[in-house]
Amino acid sequence: MTDQALVVFDGVVKRFGNFNAVERMDLEIRKGEFLAIMGSSGCGKTTTLRMLAGLEAPTEGEIRLAGKRINDLPTWRRDTPMVWQSLALFPFLTVRENVEFSLRMRGVEKAERKKRVDKWLERMQITEFAERNVAHLSGGQRQRVALARSLVTEPKILLLDEPLSALDAHLKVRMQTVLSNLQKELGITFVYVTHSQSEAFSMADRVVIMSRGRIEQIGNPQEIYRAPRTRFVAEFLGSSNVFAGMVSAANGDALRIVTPSGEFDVARNPAKALIKGDKATFVVSGDRVQLTNEKPAGGVNGMEASVVGEEFVGATAVIHLEGADGLELKAQKSHDELERLNLMPGATIWVSWRADASHILPGE
Amino acid sequence: MNDFNRNPLIDLALRLYIVLAFAFIFAPIAASFVFSLNVDRFPSLPLGGFSTVWYEAVYADPLVWEGLRNTLVVGAVVSVLATALGFGAAYTDFRYKFFGKPFYLALALLPPTIPVVILGLAMLAFLSNVSLSGEVHSVIIAHVVMCAPFAMAICRLRLSQMDPSLEAAAWNLGASEWMAMRHVIVPFCRPAIFAALFITMAVSFDEFAVSWFVSGLHETLPVKVLGFLQGQVRPRINVIGTFVFLASITLVIFAQILLMKRSSLPKAGSNAPELVP
Repeated sequence: MTDQALVVFDGVVKRFGNFNAVERMDLEIRKGEFLAIMGSSGCGKTTTLRMLAGLEAPTEGEIRLAGKRINDLPTWRRDTPMVWQSLALFPFLTVRENVEFSLRMRGVEKAERKKRVDKWLERMQITEFAERNVAHLSGGQRQRVALARSLVTEPKILLLDEPLSALDAHLKVRMQTVLSNLQKELGITFVYVTHSQSEAFSMADRVVIMSRGRIEQIGNPQEIYRAPRTRFVAEFLGSSNVFAGMVSAANGDALRIVTPSGEFDVARNPAKALIKGDKATFVVSGDRVQLTNEKPAGGVNGMEASVVGEEFVGATAVIHLEGADGLELKAQKSHDELERLNLMPGATIWVSWRADASHILPGE
Repeated sequence: MNDFNRNPLIDLALRLYIVLAFAFIFAPIAASFVFSLNVDRFPSLPLGGFSTVWYEAVYADPLVWEGLRNTLVVGAVVSVLATALGFGAAYTDFRYKFFGKPFYLALALLPPTIPVVILGLAMLAFLSNVSLSGEVHSVIIAHVVMCAPFAMAICRLRLSQMDPSLEAAAWNLGASEWMAMRHVIVPFCRPAIFAALFITMAVSFDEFAVSWFVSGLHETLPVKVLGFLQGQVRPRINVIGTFVFLASITLVIFAQILLMKRSSLPKAGSNAPELVP
């Protein structure tokens, strides 16, 4: 454990009956970082957060907060406030009473309570609604009340469970900025659970990607995006094309891999030593492949594929393709580029990419 | 639905049906009210003339006052006890998952489905066995058993409207379980708790059969009414009937108002326009 670690998950396991929600998790959460835990529903991300908040007890292992074991500490004795997906504002209380709640529960005296609540109402720009019932606020205002209510005790860590999922797109981006700035100004740790890649990648210093109760990869957003570790991560991030095969030649920096779709030149990955005969999986990001009607000139990897369909994504389009062996491929291209191609469903087209556009998955 | 899609005949028939249904229900009560203010000895038409003589007779009768006192004491105590029990049972259902829970719920909601005569007999047999029969508290015990399921049903309905995260949020913000109960669960359920108080009081107020079995000399008003009827039919019955009806319907209306005032809380992040950036 480093001095930097505020929270440590040490071999934490959580089982519900026969279901393993979280399996052997080792994770350090650093002081003052914005950590996003991302994964699809049921991957264990929310369970992880709830264990940290004290709403679930780990079945095995130990959770330490600031060096102290907190496994058996009830949630009301931890200062690990959480912002809920539903916000869970108290509907029978005013904005001020909601924000004041945790101070009242902790027996802070009245004058001090008022001072601190006023400060946070001011800070979250909700002073003018202080005496209003929370039912009469808009979505964005309610978010601010929820944040003020959690932060009023000035905790060292704030837990957020998909708090933006119910907002419309515009408000979501605006609240992302609010959260990001708030975290930088306060310098406290934010642990943010989400299934949204854009939320995680735009706000977090580090991202944890989970699947089936396991951590698939931890890293900063660029790292994860550029160098996914496993097939799951590559597929979760979207437009990657995944090829699995066997190393047929390994000379210096050059590597050839035989797959059911053909034999390709692949750049070496320093994170994965490979020799001839090893199994290997590599990905080619959808925006780095070329599409041509004719077989491309030598020096690049290429394969034939038939067009399945076209998906419109704003300024670009994603072309879905299928190789002769049934491999699903995706290519992301601008509309201009697509005009000179024959993209009738069923048409055959050449997919090509340079060796350095490929990335070997070190975790496969 | 648009007006031009409606058949005026069916519309009219439905309205008539509603009016008739209400007339059928309320005609006897209305008649009782009218005859309570009629000077004649027997309820017959044409009416004899307006008079409050029967009200005065009831007012002057010490037996009626004693019955009323018993009814009120029983009603007040029963409503508090039954609501407390019902709320506890509803909260148990809301909060915990345990083996045999469907059985627990069935048992808790069972009493109103038992025929009152059987319930009354059983109560009498049991209470006299443990030397608790024939007193005011016997009626209280019996009525709590009968009323608690109503209170439970009302509180369960309210709890089912609660965001399940609300209680955990309170714990997370530093409230112990007791504090969360006091500062979150009870305030949230307050309308339902008051509604349950009124409904259980109304049920206890009207209840006759079980009271008749277990009350002994400490008769409640409905039991007294039977006594009067067995003696002689006099318009005093109409007076008491009117009074009991008004008391009950007032309690029920209070309860309905409380239950209809649901929290109009929009879901998190509704797209209401934001007033400040």
